[in-house]
Amino acid sequence: MNSVGEACTDLKREYDQCFNRWFAEKFLKGDRSGDPCTETFRKYQRCVQKAIKEKDIPIDGVEFMGPNKDNST
Amino acid sequence: MVKYFCNNTDVRSTWDLVVSAFWQRYPNPFSTHVLTEDVVYREVTADNRLLSRRLLMKTNRLPRWAEHIFPSGISRSVYIIEDSIVDPVNRSLTTYTWNLNHTTLMSVEERCVFQDTVEQPATTQLKREAWISSSVYGFSRPIQEFGLARLKSNQVKSMKGLEYALSNLQGEAPQRPLRDSVKDAAKSLASAAAAPQKPQQYI
Repeated sequence: MNSVGEACTDLKREYDQCFNRWFAEKFLKGDRSGDPCTETFRKYQRCVQKAIKEKDIPIDGVEFMGPNKDNST
Repeated sequence: MVKYFCNNTDVRSTWDLVVSAFWQRYPNPFSTHVLTEDVVYREVTADNRLLSRRLLMKTNRLPRWAEHIFPSGISRSVYIIEDSIVDPVNRSLTTYTWNLNHTTLMSVEERCVFQDTVEQPATTQLKREAWISSSVYGFSRPIQEFGLARLKSNQVKSMKGLEYALSNLQGEAPQRPLRDSVKDAAKSLASAAAAPQKPQQYI
């Protein structure tokens, strides 16, 4: 799958691989021994956040689960 | 005016697999309309829940009558945010998805809860709710109807995509139809007031 920042796709895939392994083998099993993906996530985020700004994607300051506040059950 | 849609179904896989597949469902043969996918925020909370935000870019396929109405310069891409919370203690995945742009034309918000249950550990319950509204004066109703039709179509694709990812994870060829205990309800709410606090009863 491609990243919205064309230059970020490789970094994204590297991070996704690391995350998927950590998620299934550690997180879901309650293992809190630390996140091996911090560095690859940082590199990926540097790239993708830059692309988001360049493309003027209005994601800044959008509250987490934002609209859910009005529609919670 | 807000159109409300609610749907319950079962996914024929364990919750652990469903949640893992959730992150790996793009690309799949049913998601050609999804152009890019990015994780833009992620955090493990002190109580060990995983919070994530994904940014998706999708094509904006309008019916021909709408293409005639809206300026040709209108962007063909829609940016969508998908926020999610994985709670491995309560065994639930809650997602909230909405479009960032084209909101005047149509705003679609969808909330999904994937829940594991003790009674049925081999399956995962999925409850989906959606709210669709349009601010376009004079065209609200047909746009909402179009939005609802496209939502349902996208939900079918989304489920097929999830099943595809599940098959890959389990090392099988994609096959079996989704077992449905679907209770479908399409409800129109005549106001934009807050949705009821309790889950909807549907006929």
